Amino acid sequence: MNRIEETFSSLKSAGRKALIPYIMAGDPDLETTAALVIEMDRRGADLVELGVPFSDPIADGPTIQRAALRALDRGTTLRSIVETVASIREQTVIPIVLMTYFNPVLAYGIGDFCRDAARAGVDGLIVPDLPPEEGVDLSGACRRHGLDVVFLVAPTSTSARIELVNSHTTGFVYCVSLTGVTGARGELADGVDAFMSQVRSHTDRPLGLGFGISSPKQAGEAARLADGVIVGSAIINEMEARTGEPDMLRSVGEYVASLRTGIDAG
Amino acid sequence: MTAITLPDRRGHFGIFGGRYVPETLMTALNELLEVYGEAKRDPDFEEEFRYFLRDYVGRPSPLYYAERLTQALGGARIYLKREDLNHTGAHKINNTVGQILLTRRMKKPRVIAETGAGQHGVATATVAARFGVECDVYMGSEDMERQALNVFRMRLMGSRVIAVDAGSRTLKDALNEALRDWATNVRHTHYIIGSVAGPHPFPMLVRDFQSVIGREAREQVLEKEGRLPDVLVACVGGGSNAIGLFHPFLDDGVRLVGVEGAGHGLDTGMHAATLGLGTPGVLHGAMSYTGQDENGQIQVAHSISAGLDYPGVGPEHSYLKDSGRAEYVSVTDDEALEAFELLSRVEGIIPALESAHAIAHIARIAPGMDREEVIVAGLSGRGDKDVEQVDGLLARKGSGESTE
Ligand SMILES: Cc1ncc(COP(=O)(O)O)c(C=O)c1O
Repeated sequence: MNRIEETFSSLKSAGRKALIPYIMAGDPDLETTAALVIEMDRRGADLVELGVPFSDPIADGPTIQRAALRALDRGTTLRSIVETVASIREQTVIPIVLMTYFNPVLAYGIGDFCRDAARAGVDGLIVPDLPPEEGVDLSGACRRHGLDVVFLVAPTSTSARIELVNSHTTGFVYCVSLTGVTGARGELADGVDAFMSQVRSHTDRPLGLGFGISSPKQAGEAARLADGVIVGSAIINEMEARTGEPDMLRSVGEYVASLRTGIDAG
Repeated sequence: MTAITLPDRRGHFGIFGGRYVPETLMTALNELLEVYGEAKRDPDFEEEFRYFLRDYVGRPSPLYYAERLTQALGGARIYLKREDLNHTGAHKINNTVGQILLTRRMKKPRVIAETGAGQHGVATATVAARFGVECDVYMGSEDMERQALNVFRMRLMGSRVIAVDAGSRTLKDALNEALRDWATNVRHTHYIIGSVAGPHPFPMLVRDFQSVIGREAREQVLEKEGRLPDVLVACVGGGSNAIGLFHPFLDDGVRLVGVEGAGHGLDTGMHAATLGLGTPGVLHGAMSYTGQDENGQIQVAHSISAGLDYPGVGPEHSYLKDSGRAEYVSVTDDEALEAFELLSRVEGIIPALESAHAIAHIARIAPGMDREEVIVAGLSGRGDKDVEQVDGLLARKGSGESTE
């Protein structure tokens, strides 16, 4: 069993839900990214998603677009992110998933990238612009190197598509809570309960719920429906609000701890 | 499989094409594919499409023998396929008519579009007005300045024009924003993409709708010359007017030449020669040649012409390039400007700056060709939208400033 499966199964036996924070690697720089992963681990995260910046992030709203621009302006590359994961691995065993658009992986070379990422201690990949139909090469390379590939389902997915995603995904199923792009929202999307029960009826795999979740209260609501709660833009908004402040790390840590509390209360 | 039967069922042209999009859009793409398949089998659809192309767009567009241009260049006989004479002034409307009919079949009350030069935005706003559909057009804020007249036209016809300030503030960023809108509103919105780019089935269906250009040209040239042309030349931004002209000739021994924007020059880094200098990658939902750096980040393109200013290209062109069936060259901003003036002066036809790229390449090759040889050029649009920009550029040039 790999680290992602282990995490979900031990949480399950403890009757708990996973907190999965997302931050953009290289925003504002890779040293901070490494420090944030350690801090979030300490504050109750169960798995961390590291965003890989891309020039044309079509699945992302303004918050993550801005974070990607900042990271690219600092010269962040997929290669330097993989190296950073290797250094993070000296300090923590928390599962790390890279969320990357497909083109940076293609430019790196699918096989080389999967080998290097696995060696560095990356546990899995989420590629938001890669449906299972186009993911054959990547899935094959990931299987060879022991990486998970997490595919996504959305409220617009038909039953047949949920089945398809379930038959290709490994680690967990990423459930996109809303019809749209990433970004903090005031409320959980309408109909998310029905959507999650529909997905449940097709799979026994752990379900991660993400997109739009932006408060401890919403995280608690999401935790009732899912096995893992993914929070991205809200954390980046918190970072932006603290830019340049000496205690940015601690503020983000406290925010993550409040999400933990929200989930555990949910 | 010969090229003319592509793409395959999954939307691939060899290694190119496909559907690299968020899961949220997959069901809509499947629906579009299905509705398009039904429409193709429905004679009423074909009849209605023809009706609107004839009585609303003004087709067939003439194939005009450019006698004075031929004389001026002193070589091959040059014909211009006059898409500039279509309603709204460019080939773009062939596609928007087809897609608005599909929108109606899908019963979607809203359409969105991206636009660079504004021609596709105008063509979408036009059919949206005609069919009473709500329409929002995404346009880079830099392009809104370059093409202010088209912004006014879209608004006049009742569309909203939404400025995109992200990234290079041109076509690439307008496409990103349109895709995000589509992912958000996909249940009631159809995305009328403006070129043979994007995820399957767009490259196929836009090509099919634009192929009326090549089908007419083939018939017209056979009638006028009694034989097929030797060379076809068309400009390539995303590649829709070029593929529309080329496709009906794919199985003939006709040379196919696509002309990209070389901007300030291929060695300056400021160009839009995606097929010329790019590498295969994934942008906007398809695998195709892409202007990108070694880390897979998409680069900003540059062309004097907003419609060519795009670091991507339709996947079928990538396939035609790699298979050797078509060749792709490029023309600089300055060469395009010269051709813009040349065609205006000798034929009394002011071409779109995009189309001027095709004319510029003809000015290179025609003199070296035999007088019996025949070139057909796609004159994809008229230059009314560009005269103000060109006026400014020529004034600066005249005063000795650089055009940059
Ligand atoms: C007149 C004209 N020609 C050509 C183009 C380029 O598009 P495509 O390569 O899809 O024909 C445009 C795009 O705006 C245009 O307006």
